[in-house]
Amino acid sequence: MTAIQILFILSAVVILGAAVMVVSTKNLVHAALYLVAALFGVAVLFALLDATFLTVVQVVVYIGAIAILFIFAIMLTRREMRDQGEQLNRGWGAAALIGLLTFGGLFMLLSSWRGFNGTAAALPSGFDGVVELGAALVSTDAFVLPFEVASVLLLAALIGAVYVAGTKK
Amino acid sequence: MTFWSDPINFVAQWLRDVFTGWGWSSGLANAIILLLGALVLVSFAMLLDIFLVWIERKVVARFQDRLGPNRVGPFGIFQPFADIVKLILKEDITPVGADKLVYNLAPILSLTSVLLLWAILPLAATIYGADLNVALLYLVAAGALGTLSIIMAGWSSNNKYALLGAFRMVASMVSYEIPMVVALLIPTIITGSMSVREITLAQGDGGVWFFIVAPLATVIFLISAIAELGRSPFDLNEAESEIVAGFHIEYTGMKFGLFYAGELLHAFTFGGFLAILFFGGYRFFGLENLHPLVGAIIFLVKALIGYWVIMWVKYTVPRIRIDHMLGFNWKFLTPLSLVVLMVTAVLNQALAGSETWVYALVMFLANVVVGWLTLEILRAYSRSQRKAEEPVVESVAQAAHH
Repeated sequence: MTAIQILFILSAVVILGAAVMVVSTKNLVHAALYLVAALFGVAVLFALLDATFLTVVQVVVYIGAIAILFIFAIMLTRREMRDQGEQLNRGWGAAALIGLLTFGGLFMLLSSWRGFNGTAAALPSGFDGVVELGAALVSTDAFVLPFEVASVLLLAALIGAVYVAGTKK
Repeated sequence: MTFWSDPINFVAQWLRDVFTGWGWSSGLANAIILLLGALVLVSFAMLLDIFLVWIERKVVARFQDRLGPNRVGPFGIFQPFADIVKLILKEDITPVGADKLVYNLAPILSLTSVLLLWAILPLAATIYGADLNVALLYLVAAGALGTLSIIMAGWSSNNKYALLGAFRMVASMVSYEIPMVVALLIPTIITGSMSVREITLAQGDGGVWFFIVAPLATVIFLISAIAELGRSPFDLNEAESEIVAGFHIEYTGMKFGLFYAGELLHAFTFGGFLAILFFGGYRFFGLENLHPLVGAIIFLVKALIGYWVIMWVKYTVPRIRIDHMLGFNWKFLTPLSLVVLMVTAVLNQALAGSETWVYALVMFLANVVVGWLTLEILRAYSRSQRKAEEPVVESVAQAAHH
C-alpha cells in the first residue's frame, strides 16, 4: 500500500465519520463543526489528486464562508445555543427512501465504471493547473459563456441583496 | 551542491542517501524527510515566537515611554522564559457549561492556522517549505481557519463577552477579507503567478520592488492585514474596555499563551508577507546571492520591519467604533481596491513588453492619480457632511445659550 492510499483511507474515514456525526449529533453547533471537518477532508482528497486550486478554494469557500455563515445563522436564530428538540420530523421515512435510492443509483452507475482499477495518467512536467483553468475560463472555445452567465447571476444576487437590505427613504 | 552553497537541501540529500542506504524505499525516506523538515520549520517559528514576545514588550514599552522588561538577563531578553514558567504554573480553568472538546481545540487551531502560513514563506532562494502555485489563496484559506478557531473559542467558553468578541471578529474578518484578496490579486497580475516564490523572483533581476509599482495595494494590504490580525485600531474583538478580553476571556495559563503566541507570530508572518509581496522578499540588491542564510537574514529583517510598522500602528492609533470600522471597509477600502485592481489590470495589459522603468513609472503615476482622486472625493464628501451638520450645531449652540 502506498502512502497516497493510506492517506486516502484515513481521510475517507474522517469524512464519513464526520458526515455521520453531522446528522446524528444533537448539538447544532457541533453538527456545523463536524460539517467543517467533513469538508476539510474533501479538501485533503483534492490535495491528494494534485488539484491545488480546488484544495484551497474548497477551504476558502466551504470553511471560510459557508460554514461560518451556518454557524452565524445558528447562533443568531436559536435562543439557546443547544437545541433540545426532536431530531426527526414526520418526513424522515420519505427522506430515508430518497437517500437510499440515490445511493443505490450512484452505486449501480459507479460499479460499472472501469476507472477504479486504472491509474491516473501522470501530468506533463511544467503543467500548471491554475494557468490552464484561467485560460479555459476566458477562452471562447471553452467556458467563457458559463463564466459570464455565473458572473451576471452573482451580480444580480448582490444588487438584490442590497435592495432588500437597503432602507427606503 | 555542497554544504556551503545550499545547506538545507544538502542535509536533505544526505539524509535521503542514509535512509535509502538502510534499505528504506525512496517514498518512505521522502515522507520522513518532509516530516522532519516541517518539524524543523515549526520549531524555528516557535523559537522565533519566544523572541517576539520580548520584542513586542520592549517596543510597546518604548512607545509608551517606559523601559519594558529589563530584569531577567541582559536587556530582559530572558523575560519570555519567565513568562512561560508563569503560564505553565497557572491554574488551568475550564468554565462551567463550557464545551470541553471545542474549548480545548480552539487555541490549538488558532496557533495552527498561523504555523500553516510558514509552509509557503520563502526564507531564501533555496529555503522554503512548499512552492504552491496557489500560495496567495492558501494565505486566505489559512485565515479562514483562524476565523473558525475564534468562533470556536467564543462559542465554547459559555460567556456572553466571549461570544460578542467572536461575532465582532468574524464580522471584521469576513469584510476585510475582500480588500485583502483584491490587494493580493495585484502582485498576481503583475507577476502572472500566485506563487510567492515567483513573485519574489519577479522583483529581482530586471524588476522593481512592487511597492513602487503598486503603492496603493501595499497600503490596502497593510490595513486589511491589521484588521485580519485583530490588532488596534481594529481590535474590537478583544476591546478590554467593553467586552473585557473578547473571545479568549475564559482561557488561562498556556491555553491563553497559545492565543497570545499565535497573535504575535501572525503579526510577524504578515510582516513577512508584506516583505515578500511588495518589498522584494529575501532580495536586497544582489546581497542574497552571497549565501542562502544571508537571504534568510535579509528576509527576517524585512519581516521584523513590517512587524514593527504593525506594532507602531497598534500602539499609536486608538480603537475605532465597529460601525466606523465596517463603514471604512465597505464604503472606502473595497471600492478603492477594486478601482486600483482595474487600473492595474488595464495598464498591465497596455504596457506589456515595454521597458521596466517605463512600466514602473506609469504604474506609479497611475497610483498617484488614483490616490489623489480618492483624496479629492473624500474632501468633497467631508465638506458636504460638515455643511449638513452646521445648522444642527448652530441650533444646539443657540439652545444651550438660552
